Order: sequence, then C-alpha cells, then structure tokens
Amino acid sequence: MNDDELRNAVPIVIGILERRGADFSTAEDAVQDALIEAFRTWPVNEPRDMQGWLITVAWRKFLDRVRAESSRSAREEHSFALTTDAATTSADDTVDLYFLCAHPDLSPASAVALTLRAVGGLTTRQIAEAYLVPEATMAQRISRAKRTLAGRRLNRPGNISAVLTVLYLVFNEGYSGDVDLAAEAIRLTRVLAASIDHPEVSGLLALMLIHHARREARFSADGGLITLGEQDRSRWDSHLIAEGIGILQTALAREELDEFQVQAAIAALHADAQRVEDTDWPQIVEWYDELLRLHDSPIASLNRAVAIGEADGPAAGLAELRRLDDSLPRYFAVEAHLRERAGDDDVAAKLYAKAAAKASNLAERDHLVRQAARLNSEH
Amino acid sequence: MAKYLMLKHYTMAPEYMQYTPMEEWTPDEVDAHMNYMNAFVDRLKETGEYIGSEALSPEGTFVRYDGEGKPPVTDGPFAETKDLIAGGMIIDVESYDRALELAGELSAAPGAGGEPIREWLELRPFMGVTPNTTD
Repeated sequence: MNDDELRNAVPIVIGILERRGADFSTAEDAVQDALIEAFRTWPVNEPRDMQGWLITVAWRKFLDRVRAESSRSAREEHSFALTTDAATTSADDTVDLYFLCAHPDLSPASAVALTLRAVGGLTTRQIAEAYLVPEATMAQRISRAKRTLAGRRLNRPGNISAVLTVLYLVFNEGYSGDVDLAAEAIRLTRVLAASIDHPEVSGLLALMLIHHARREARFSADGGLITLGEQDRSRWDSHLIAEGIGILQTALAREELDEFQVQAAIAALHADAQRVEDTDWPQIVEWYDELLRLHDSPIASLNRAVAIGEADGPAAGLAELRRLDDSLPRYFAVEAHLRERAGDDDVAAKLYAKAAAKASNLAERDHLVRQAARLNSEH
Repeated sequence: MAKYLMLKHYTMAPEYMQYTPMEEWTPDEVDAHMNYMNAFVDRLKETGEYIGSEALSPEGTFVRYDGEGKPPVTDGPFAETKDLIAGGMIIDVESYDRALELAGELSAAPGAGGEPIREWLELRPFMGVTPNTTD
C-alpha cells in the first residue's frame, strides 16, 4: 500500500463528499473512518482503485453517521443532491481545505492538527503520537477546531500566510512517532505549490528542502546536536539543496520578496559553502537586513548579530548583541560563542553553562553543557 | 506491577549535592554520562518497565489566585530554593525492591573522572488503583 497515494486522496475525497451535500465536519469524520478501515483491510485486500474505494466507503460512513445522528435527534431525513459543479476541480477543493484548516480563528495547535488530519490524511492516533499527547486529547482538539469552523464561511483567496505558518509549524515542531512530520510538511507544501502560483509558497518549499537536506548531518550517532559550523557537509543531500535553490531562484526572479524567500536565501548561502570558512557572511548579513526590513523580529536581530560576528569579527557581533534584550531565547548561547571567538574562554564557559540552564530542549541543553565542559577542561 | 517516579533534583540540601557540576566534566565524561542514560532507558523499554521520562527547565514561576477579576499573582523564581526538581523517569515494576535496584543503577551513571556520580534520586510510589475486592 502506498501511504502517500492514500493520503493525497484524503482531501480530494472530503471535497467530493462536500459537493454531494455533506458538511465539512461530518465529511471529514467519515473520511477519517474510511482511512482507518483502509489501514485495517488494505494490507490483506488492497483495492485496484484506491480513490474509488475511499469515496465509496467514506460515503457509506457518512450516511451511517447522518442516520445515527438523525435517529438520535429525531430530525428529518437529510436529502443529498448528487450534483457536481463542473467549475470546481478536486485541486481547488484541496486548496480550499488548506485555507479552511488554517483559518485565523483557530489556535496554531488546532490548525496544525486539523491540517494534518483533513489535508494530510493522518489518523488522530498518528498525530497524537507525533505531538506526544494522548489520542483522546488530540481527538478533542480536532473536534473543537471543527466546532469553531462550523458556520464560518471560507472567503477565498484566504490568508496564504496563515496556511504557510501552519505548514512551517508542522515542519519545525514535530517530535516523535512513526510519521516523519518534516517530510509530511514538505509533501503538503509540494501539493500546495503545484496548485497555487505564489512566490512565498515556493520560498517556504525551498526553505524546507534546504533544511531537510542537512538533517542527517545535524545529529551525531549518539543523538548529540551538531551545529551548522561543525557539520560534515559531505552528508548534506546535494539533490535536495539543488532542488531548493532552483525553486528559490524562480521565486526571487518575480521580485515579490517576503519572509520565507529571504530565510530560504540565507539557508541557500549556507548550503552553497563547501566548507564553513567559505560562507559568504557579508551577503548573509545583507539578507538579515532585508528580513528585518520586511518583518522586524528580535530572533532575526539575534541571528543577524551572529552573522555580523562572522563577517566583521566578534567585537562587532558583541556590539550588536548588546543592543538586544538578554531575555531572548539563545541570547547567552550567542554571547558565549562570540566571547569564545574573542578569546575570552573563561567568560564563554560560564555563559555556555548559563545558556544551558536556559535551554528549552534537551538536545540544545546537552550541546551547551558539552561546550562549557570543553572550555573548562582545556585549562 | 507498581509505578514509581524516580525524581531528579537540580538542587537539594547541601549534604545531598556533593558532586561536580556537569559543565566542569570533560566532554568525553559528559558523552559517557549521556550514553549511559540512553542505554538505561533502552534496557527498561526492552524489559517492559519503562513508562516515560520528562525533564524540566530550572527556572519556574510561583502562581496564586488573587481574587475575582484580578490576574493571578506570580512570584519567583527563587534562586535559593533548597529543593528544585529537574525531572524524572516513571517506571512500572514488580516490586519495591526492583524499583530500588533500578534507582541505584540510574544513580551509578558515570560522572567526573568516569566514577559513578552517586546522585541522590528520590523514589516515589504512585498512588495505585482501588482494588475491586476490598468491600
């Protein structure tokens, strides 16, 4: 069974059910029911026409749900018109679902969960495992999200940046389980990019591809974090990098610059350097300036200080850093790095230890402890 | 089976804190410690005794209700707190003796100089379920 093929069919089948008169919430539940049945029965008895099977079973599940609901509430029997609007295609339906699931009335966590289920075709259990929450909690989060959407009209073209934010969150914040969320985010962004011609969709796809290309090199055999400068660049996936850079260049040529294209450009400059000392830091600083012009954020300023430290030396980096708020995440890690480059090892060791105490995840904390240990044991 | 929490502390009373802080070890000693911990978890997963583990950041906030319509009051973090929880591992084992044995092994993780760290862990039984046969 090809999981991707099955998952690609999920938003299409939801769209087909809706055009047959089903409401989004029940249609989505029905397709989820059909999906779970597919996982159960297909390994023994795989249908020749997967999408046809999914439509038939989902429609039956939908009618079951409606009948159960009507007999409970003694409401009138629903009637469904089997009409097909020739003007809409299944690609349009799928794009509509991206916008609906990223509706600004939803919290980011709800939008992510709903997108993964309705657009991504994942089961509630898989999503729950990926975010380390009980399945019942994730099921509740999804049904609350659908209640929030009930009655909301979808005014396309919706807010594309809300959709991109959700996809970026899926890419960036997956934890565990048997589903590779980073790969899933790339798959969903590819589908979107194939349906919508928008430079920021391309920018996000390029950013994801270039980061994904470096994934194997980011962790050592025993799970320790390896920073960009220390990575074995021969382990980077050059095909993914080339694809990402190609997509980015086409997007940049349209001269509608925005955040994701800039972030992808910075990632591309790192990816271009065969050795860390070949990195074009002055150009990276320019892109950070561009990023701050588009969207002033303290995190971008902090990253810019790192780039300045590389381009103009640690003293210049530290001068930039002093203009920022020291409560920023990773502030002390950056200061430690710059102090070490300035030759101030004792101060750097203390700062690494301080940064470790403030780290927000174990991989980063362990890395910072190792950095402190390295400097302390050199004396 | 009975569930236990093996609690780790960032700070405890001074008599329980007599080991070198990790940032003063060598990087190899840090690696050896991490590898021991990972291997410990893997082994407990194999024996079916591992439930989960979580780590907590050292800096937290004290929070208290402050009356209708008012935001909650906050206080802290208290640097001088004598007892600061760092996290813990939950195990599900046959007996108290087995829990003691495992806590002992965890506390033997290598530290400075490759010697067992002898870190004090706090072993706390979970409240169990009420049996169906008591009434």
